[in-house]
Amino acid sequence: MKSTVLDSKSFLRWCWRQLTSMRTALILLLMLSIAAIPGSLFPQRTQNPLKVREYFANDPSTAKWLDRLRLFDVYSSPWFSAIYLLLFISLIGCVLPRSIDHFKAIGAKPPLTPKYLDRMEFFTETRKLNLDEVEKYLKKRRFRVRRDLNSISAEKGYARESGNLLFHLSLVLILIAVGFGSFFGSKGDAILNVGERFINTPTSYDILSFGKYQAEDSLPPFSIKVQDFKAEYDPMTNAPIDYTLTVSAANPAGSTEKTEVIKVNKPLTFGSTKIYLQANGYSPIVTVKNKSGRVVLDGPIPFLPQDSNLSSIGAIKVPDMDPQIGFVSSFLPTADRDPVRGGFSSYPEVLDPRLLISVWKGDLGLNNGVPQSVYRIDTSKMTRIGLKALVLNETYDFSEGSITFTGWKPWVNLQIVNDPGKGYALIGAILAILGLLISLFTRQRRIWVKQGRKTQVAGLAKNSIPGLEDEIKNLVKEISDE
Amino acid sequence: MSNNSAALLSNDFIYAAMALYTLAFFAHAVEVAWSVKTPAASVKKTKLDFSRTERVGRLASAFMFLGFLLLLTGVIFRGISASRVPWGNMYEFSITGALAFSAAYLFGLKKYKIRWLGLPVSLAVLLTLGTAITLLYRPSAPLVPALKSTWLVIHVSAAIISGGVFLLANCIAATYLVLDRYEQKGARPTWALKFPTLEALDNLSYRLVALVFPLWSFAVIAGAIWAEAAWGRYWGWDPKETWAFITWVAYAAYLHARVTVGWRGRKAAWLCLFAGSTFLFNYIYINVWGTGRHTYSGL
Ligand code: HEM
Repeated sequence: MKSTVLDSKSFLRWCWRQLTSMRTALILLLMLSIAAIPGSLFPQRTQNPLKVREYFANDPSTAKWLDRLRLFDVYSSPWFSAIYLLLFISLIGCVLPRSIDHFKAIGAKPPLTPKYLDRMEFFTETRKLNLDEVEKYLKKRRFRVRRDLNSISAEKGYARESGNLLFHLSLVLILIAVGFGSFFGSKGDAILNVGERFINTPTSYDILSFGKYQAEDSLPPFSIKVQDFKAEYDPMTNAPIDYTLTVSAANPAGSTEKTEVIKVNKPLTFGSTKIYLQANGYSPIVTVKNKSGRVVLDGPIPFLPQDSNLSSIGAIKVPDMDPQIGFVSSFLPTADRDPVRGGFSSYPEVLDPRLLISVWKGDLGLNNGVPQSVYRIDTSKMTRIGLKALVLNETYDFSEGSITFTGWKPWVNLQIVNDPGKGYALIGAILAILGLLISLFTRQRRIWVKQGRKTQVAGLAKNSIPGLEDEIKNLVKEISDE
Repeated sequence: MSNNSAALLSNDFIYAAMALYTLAFFAHAVEVAWSVKTPAASVKKTKLDFSRTERVGRLASAFMFLGFLLLLTGVIFRGISASRVPWGNMYEFSITGALAFSAAYLFGLKKYKIRWLGLPVSLAVLLTLGTAITLLYRPSAPLVPALKSTWLVIHVSAAIISGGVFLLANCIAATYLVLDRYEQKGARPTWALKFPTLEALDNLSYRLVALVFPLWSFAVIAGAIWAEAAWGRYWGWDPKETWAFITWVAYAAYLHARVTVGWRGRKAAWLCLFAGSTFLFNYIYINVWGTGRHTYSGL
């Protein structure tokens, strides 16, 4: 066996050539499509953190392994990133040199006529044709023509390569735009009851995530007050028909307010920041009193909808009582009973509301530093002391105090997103489609004509779009007729 | 016309269309079967006379066309019944998809000699409509708020048309593989003598894919624009988005494989089938069993 010691430079060059070869790109492309699959089979943290938590609760040992393989964060995992980064390096390494070559070759002559035309497609022999006539004919049809002593090589459809390069360069633009948006953008959620005001500062959010390089004080200083929220439902199917959120907005906060309407497909825009209506639900209003009759809690508590009829679950936590009290609760906007399921909601609007509570006493676990869901109570250090279904304005007395169900308010979940990259991504996408159309629908073809005892004609259709055969036939026919 | 009676009328048209596709299926079957029966043992197979089957074949195409018209009417009345485009749930996606698929076939029929494809096409349309009206049927209803957008028309129509053509390309690729196997073992069976050459099949499925790949790209991008307006981000790796991306990449790989690496024939046909099945998977599995935000199947 021969062993060659590659010096590092030529080894690197070899790697680079491998990486930017078309075959590698093809394999990377297929790998990317396969690598994207697990993200649709396992719940993803970015989309559905609750499902991920559920997975951990049901099967902790498997979940731990899946997590090590980053299967709950597929699209930000090292292996997924590695594939697409390699692909794009490969793409750039392949497309940039080609672009330069293509640019240099503007106006260049087509390659020499091959020696044996009878091996090419659409080969025909005819009686002698006048090469000058052929040249004129082809030039009139805007072929690039190379005229040699007794042959012609002509080519048309260079736009195919231009379109192709445009397409690939646009893909690079899209990737850069996506990266730009995630580095310099922000995204957050805020849940607001009707009547509440939101001021756009980090502390007003329930969840907020910033891009790596986004400064935290760069949020636009607007404020939004939720004036009204209307949900309309189809009485036959219970399906929602329309949501209308009316807000008064001021930018900056404190300036005169303007009334604006936000709908599901119509966000409110401040510069590159948009405010979306993402979800809605109900907040039951309760008044909790302690043993001595002092009010310890009074107000709306957002509950989390569980089904399309907005049966909602929630947690009413009263850490200020001694001992601490928690109400594990459900809210049914239109209460109904079923012998099997028990209480449930049969319509998403509030027609006959019930607040179902079980009262727990003990340690709510709020002070041990572990983040808790606002919709759930960890009852492991508590004991249950009561159970009740409340109708509107009903009061329930339990051993430590009382709770009154006094009303309800709708809440809305506003999503506030700033993505400064998306305009560029859109431009990239439009250019990509344009390039694609040009490259897929331009017929690139060569025609050769060679003078011997007879005249030989042949061609090559580069992307097998039909049409060249007729073109050659016409050429032969028209020249011989003259 | 009341909404309800329009919906009922739509159903009647769908059933009538199914009847015609059934007729078309049998006519195509007869055409194929007769061409098997025609030759006596002594006749050279390559010189078969197909004149006897020609009339049945034409009849089959007429049935296909009539079926298409009835289906089109059914889809339109479905839209009228809800005063909107008929793309609100999976039943409606399916009947429109079947419409696009058979339209793609009829278009192809005008340009290429693909009448023989009528057999699998009519069968596939029948199966789709049958599943739709039995398992997926939902009463006509208004759109949920998330679907109320002009992008519904743009995004869904582009996706459905691309889907129809992708599936047609898949039928051709599958035929390629079947006939290829026969030719490997010797000769084509008699019923397939009239089908185009392997090379023509190979080219035809490539041309179809190349034709709609830009449209599919557009459908994906229109989806992204819509997602930006409705959900606050243009790309979020929702299962539906993920699979649209997988389909896109798979077809891009197919185009690359053909043009730059020079794959032809069997390998290309398998890749085409793979890409097409990612599309079907997205449509069936993700709509019915999937999670995510594209849960508009109404199931
Ligand atoms: C996200 C990744 C990519 C996608 C979606 C993609 C897509 C496409 C498409 C749709 C075509 C048109 C095929 C045709 O002409 O029929 C094409 C052509 C081409 N691609 Fe890519 N591509 C990707 C990555 C790459 C990479 C990494 C390279 C280089 C290593 C590359 C090199 C080429 C070349 C050279 C052609 C021209 C083929 C020809 O001569 O017609 N592509 N690409």
